[in-house]
Amino acid sequence: MAQKTLTVAIMDAPYESANSTTAFRIIASALKKGIHVNVFAYEGAVSLAIKDQAPHANPVKGTTVEEEDHPTTKNFVASLLELGKSNPLLTWVNCGLCVDERGAGNSVEGVKRGGPGDFLKMAMDSTNTLVIPTR
Amino acid sequence: MARYVFIESRDPFESRDTQFVSDMALALKRLGHEVVIFLAQNGVLAARQNARRSHLSLLAKAGVSVLADDFSLRERGVAGEELSAGVRESGIDALVDLLIQKETKAIWH
Repeated sequence: MAQKTLTVAIMDAPYESANSTTAFRIIASALKKGIHVNVFAYEGAVSLAIKDQAPHANPVKGTTVEEEDHPTTKNFVASLLELGKSNPLLTWVNCGLCVDERGAGNSVEGVKRGGPGDFLKMAMDSTNTLVIPTR
Repeated sequence: MARYVFIESRDPFESRDTQFVSDMALALKRLGHEVVIFLAQNGVLAARQNARRSHLSLLAKAGVSVLADDFSLRERGVAGEELSAGVRESGIDALVDLLIQKETKAIWH
Protein backbone atom coordinates (compact mmCIF):
# COMPACT_ATOMS: atom_id res chain seq x y z
CA MET A 1 0.00 0.00 0.00
CA ALA A 2 1.34 3.42 -0.95
CA GLN A 3 2.35 5.68 1.90
CA LYS A 4 -0.32 8.23 2.63
CA THR A 5 0.30 11.84 3.60
CA LEU A 6 -2.07 14.39 5.06
CA THR A 7 -1.33 18.10 4.90
CA VAL A 8 -2.98 20.42 7.40
CA ALA A 9 -2.88 24.22 7.25
CA ILE A 10 -3.63 26.02 10.49
CA MET A 11 -3.96 29.72 11.21
CA ASP A 12 -5.36 30.26 14.71
CA ALA A 13 -3.13 31.68 17.43
CA PRO A 14 -2.71 29.64 20.62
CA TYR A 15 -5.25 29.83 23.47
CA GLU A 16 -7.93 31.43 21.29
CA SER A 17 -9.83 28.81 19.38
CA ALA A 18 -10.97 25.21 19.69
CA ASN A 19 -9.64 24.82 16.16
CA SER A 20 -6.14 24.37 17.60
CA THR A 21 -7.23 21.44 19.77
CA THR A 22 -9.06 19.77 16.91
CA ALA A 23 -6.06 20.25 14.63
CA PHE A 24 -3.76 18.65 17.23
CA ARG A 25 -6.18 15.72 17.56
CA ILE A 26 -6.31 15.20 13.79
CA ILE A 27 -2.51 15.32 13.52
CA ALA A 28 -2.05 12.89 16.42
CA SER A 29 -4.64 10.47 15.07
CA ALA A 30 -3.07 10.46 11.61
CA LEU A 31 0.42 9.85 13.00
CA LYS A 32 -0.84 6.99 15.17
CA LYS A 33 -2.32 5.44 12.03
CA GLY A 34 1.11 5.60 10.36
CA ILE A 35 0.19 8.47 8.07
CA HIS A 36 2.83 11.11 7.29
CA VAL A 37 1.63 14.59 8.22
CA ASN A 38 2.68 18.00 6.98
CA VAL A 39 1.65 21.06 8.95
CA PHE A 40 1.83 24.54 7.52
CA ALA A 41 1.36 27.05 10.33
CA TYR A 42 0.33 30.44 9.03
CA GLU A 43 -0.45 33.78 10.67
CA GLY A 44 -1.10 33.41 14.41
CA ALA A 45 -0.54 29.66 14.35
CA VAL A 46 3.22 30.17 14.19
CA SER A 47 3.00 31.07 17.89
CA LEU A 48 1.75 27.60 18.80
CA ALA A 49 5.35 26.39 18.95
CA ILE A 50 7.00 29.31 20.80
CA LYS A 51 9.43 27.84 23.28
CA ASP A 52 9.05 30.73 25.74
CA GLN A 53 5.49 29.74 26.69
CA ALA A 54 5.26 29.04 30.40
CA PRO A 55 2.56 27.30 32.43
CA HIS A 56 1.04 29.33 35.22
CA ALA A 57 -0.56 28.93 38.60
CA ASN A 58 -4.29 29.59 39.03
CA PRO A 59 -4.90 32.25 41.67
CA VAL A 60 -8.68 31.82 41.35
CA LYS A 61 -8.46 28.18 42.43
CA GLY A 62 -5.39 28.74 44.58
CA THR A 63 -3.40 26.08 42.75
CA THR A 64 0.36 26.14 42.18
CA VAL A 65 2.01 25.78 38.80
CA GLU A 66 2.58 22.09 39.51
CA GLU A 67 -0.97 21.47 40.75
CA GLU A 68 -2.51 23.35 37.85
CA ASP A 69 -0.42 21.42 35.30
CA HIS A 70 -1.46 23.97 32.69
CA PRO A 71 -1.08 22.62 29.16
CA THR A 72 0.91 24.70 26.69
CA THR A 73 0.62 24.47 22.95
CA LYS A 74 4.41 24.31 22.62
CA ASN A 75 4.32 21.03 24.56
CA PHE A 76 1.59 19.69 22.30
CA VAL A 77 3.67 20.59 19.23
CA ALA A 78 6.79 19.03 20.77
CA SER A 79 4.86 15.84 21.60
CA LEU A 80 3.51 15.61 18.07
CA LEU A 81 7.00 16.11 16.63
CA GLU A 82 8.26 13.33 18.89
CA LEU A 83 5.41 11.09 17.71
CA GLY A 84 6.27 11.90 14.09
CA LYS A 85 10.06 11.98 14.30
CA SER A 86 10.76 9.36 11.66
CA ASN A 87 8.13 6.98 10.34
CA PRO A 88 5.50 8.30 10.16
CA LEU A 89 7.07 11.68 9.70
CA LEU A 90 5.61 14.97 10.90
CA THR A 91 6.95 17.97 9.02
CA TRP A 92 6.02 21.22 10.72
CA VAL A 93 6.68 24.41 8.76
CA ASN A 94 6.08 27.87 10.20
CA CYS A 95 5.48 30.73 7.77
CA GLY A 96 8.68 32.75 8.00
CA LEU A 97 7.14 36.17 7.40
CA CYS A 98 4.48 35.46 10.03
CA VAL A 99 7.23 34.44 12.45
CA ASP A 100 9.18 37.65 11.83
CA GLU A 101 6.09 39.83 12.26
CA ARG A 102 5.40 38.26 15.64
CA GLY A 103 8.95 37.80 16.86
CA ALA A 104 8.06 34.14 17.18
CA GLY A 105 11.32 32.63 16.01
CA ASN A 106 12.18 30.75 19.21
CA SER A 107 10.28 27.56 18.42
CA VAL A 108 10.56 24.09 19.89
CA GLU A 109 13.05 21.76 18.23
CA GLY A 110 12.01 20.36 14.87
CA VAL A 111 9.94 23.27 13.61
CA LYS A 112 11.08 24.47 10.19
CA ARG A 113 10.82 27.85 8.55
CA GLY A 114 9.21 28.20 5.14
CA GLY A 115 6.60 29.97 3.08
CA PRO A 116 3.41 29.52 1.08
CA GLY A 117 5.42 27.83 -1.67
CA ASP A 118 6.18 25.02 0.77
CA PHE A 119 2.48 24.67 1.49
CA LEU A 120 1.75 24.37 -2.23
CA LYS A 121 4.37 21.64 -2.61
CA MET A 122 3.08 19.82 0.47
CA ALA A 123 -0.47 19.92 -0.85
CA MET A 124 0.54 18.71 -4.31
CA ASP A 125 2.52 15.81 -2.84
CA SER A 126 -0.15 14.75 -0.33
CA THR A 127 -3.05 12.35 -0.43
CA ASN A 128 -5.25 15.15 0.85
CA THR A 129 -5.12 18.62 2.36
CA LEU A 130 -7.23 20.15 5.08
CA VAL A 131 -7.25 23.92 5.53
CA ILE A 132 -8.49 25.09 8.93
CA PRO A 133 -9.12 28.81 8.55
CA THR A 134 -9.66 31.41 11.23
CA ARG A 135 -13.21 32.59 11.65
CA MET B 1 -18.41 10.58 -8.11
CA ALA B 2 -16.37 12.32 -5.46
CA ARG B 3 -16.62 12.28 -1.70
CA TYR B 4 -17.11 15.57 0.10
CA VAL B 5 -16.35 15.83 3.80
CA PHE B 6 -17.63 18.97 5.46
CA ILE B 7 -16.29 19.63 8.94
CA GLU B 8 -18.81 21.88 10.62
CA SER B 9 -17.30 23.52 13.69
CA ARG B 10 -19.85 26.28 14.15
CA ASP B 11 -22.97 26.42 16.26
CA PRO B 12 -25.96 27.12 13.96
CA PHE B 13 -27.57 29.24 16.67
CA GLU B 14 -24.56 31.55 16.60
CA SER B 15 -23.54 31.38 12.95
CA ARG B 16 -26.29 31.64 10.39
CA ASP B 17 -23.87 30.71 7.62
CA THR B 18 -24.04 27.08 8.69
CA GLN B 19 -27.07 26.99 6.39
CA PHE B 20 -24.64 27.41 3.51
CA VAL B 21 -22.95 24.13 4.42
CA SER B 22 -26.28 22.30 4.60
CA ASP B 23 -27.44 23.70 1.28
CA MET B 24 -24.19 22.75 -0.43
CA ALA B 25 -24.21 19.28 1.11
CA LEU B 26 -27.75 18.67 -0.15
CA ALA B 27 -26.93 20.00 -3.61
CA LEU B 28 -23.86 17.77 -3.89
CA LYS B 29 -25.84 14.76 -2.70
CA ARG B 30 -28.50 15.42 -5.35
CA LEU B 31 -25.72 15.48 -7.95
CA GLY B 32 -24.82 11.95 -6.92
CA HIS B 33 -21.77 12.57 -4.76
CA GLU B 34 -21.05 10.94 -1.43
CA VAL B 35 -21.37 13.58 1.26
CA VAL B 36 -20.37 13.46 4.92
CA ILE B 37 -20.89 16.19 7.49
CA PHE B 38 -18.66 15.78 10.52
CA LEU B 39 -19.83 17.95 13.41
CA ALA B 40 -17.03 19.14 15.68
CA GLN B 41 -16.58 21.71 18.45
CA ASN B 42 -19.73 23.87 18.79
CA GLY B 43 -21.05 22.27 15.62
CA VAL B 44 -22.30 19.34 17.71
CA LEU B 45 -24.83 21.59 19.46
CA ALA B 46 -27.05 21.26 16.39
CA ALA B 47 -27.16 17.50 16.87
CA ARG B 48 -29.25 17.52 20.06
CA GLN B 49 -32.80 16.21 19.75
CA ASN B 50 -34.05 19.32 21.48
CA ALA B 51 -32.25 21.71 19.15
CA ARG B 52 -35.07 23.62 17.50
CA ARG B 53 -35.17 23.98 13.72
CA SER B 54 -32.15 21.78 13.21
CA HIS B 55 -31.79 20.78 9.57
CA LEU B 56 -29.65 17.72 10.30
CA SER B 57 -32.52 15.23 10.14
CA LEU B 58 -33.39 16.54 6.69
CA LEU B 59 -29.81 16.01 5.59
CA ALA B 60 -29.77 12.48 6.96
CA LYS B 61 -33.05 11.67 5.20
CA ALA B 62 -31.48 12.88 1.95
CA GLY B 63 -28.64 10.39 2.40
CA VAL B 64 -25.99 12.70 3.77
CA SER B 65 -23.97 10.95 6.46
CA VAL B 66 -24.02 13.10 9.59
CA LEU B 67 -21.41 12.30 12.24
CA ALA B 68 -20.80 13.99 15.59
CA ASP B 69 -17.38 14.09 17.26
CA ASP B 70 -17.50 12.19 20.58
CA PHE B 71 -14.86 14.43 22.21
CA SER B 72 -16.83 17.58 21.35
CA LEU B 73 -20.05 15.98 22.60
CA ARG B 74 -18.46 15.05 25.92
CA GLU B 75 -16.97 18.52 26.39
CA ARG B 76 -20.45 20.01 25.99
CA GLY B 77 -22.28 17.45 28.11
CA VAL B 78 -24.24 15.95 25.25
CA ALA B 79 -24.83 12.21 25.65
CA GLY B 80 -25.13 9.85 22.71
CA GLU B 81 -28.79 9.13 23.44
CA GLU B 82 -29.58 12.84 23.14
CA LEU B 83 -28.62 12.94 19.46
CA SER B 84 -31.17 13.63 16.75
CA ALA B 85 -32.33 10.81 14.52
CA GLY B 86 -29.89 10.33 11.69
CA VAL B 87 -26.86 11.67 13.58
CA ARG B 88 -24.24 9.12 14.55
CA GLU B 89 -21.63 9.52 17.26
CA SER B 90 -18.17 9.24 15.76
CA GLY B 91 -14.60 10.30 16.50
CA ILE B 92 -11.48 11.94 15.19
CA ASP B 93 -10.02 8.59 14.02
CA ALA B 94 -13.02 8.10 11.75
CA LEU B 95 -12.56 11.62 10.40
CA VAL B 96 -8.92 10.92 9.56
CA ASP B 97 -9.96 7.71 7.80
CA LEU B 98 -12.32 9.77 5.65
CA LEU B 99 -9.78 12.50 4.95
CA ILE B 100 -7.09 10.15 3.79
CA GLN B 101 -9.18 8.53 1.04
CA LYS B 102 -8.45 9.54 -2.52
CA GLU B 103 -10.95 11.69 -4.39
CA THR B 104 -12.06 13.21 -1.11
CA LYS B 105 -12.54 16.93 -0.83
CA ALA B 106 -12.34 18.29 2.70
CA ILE B 107 -14.02 21.56 3.58
CA TRP B 108 -13.70 23.08 7.05
CA HIS B 109 -16.31 25.54 8.22
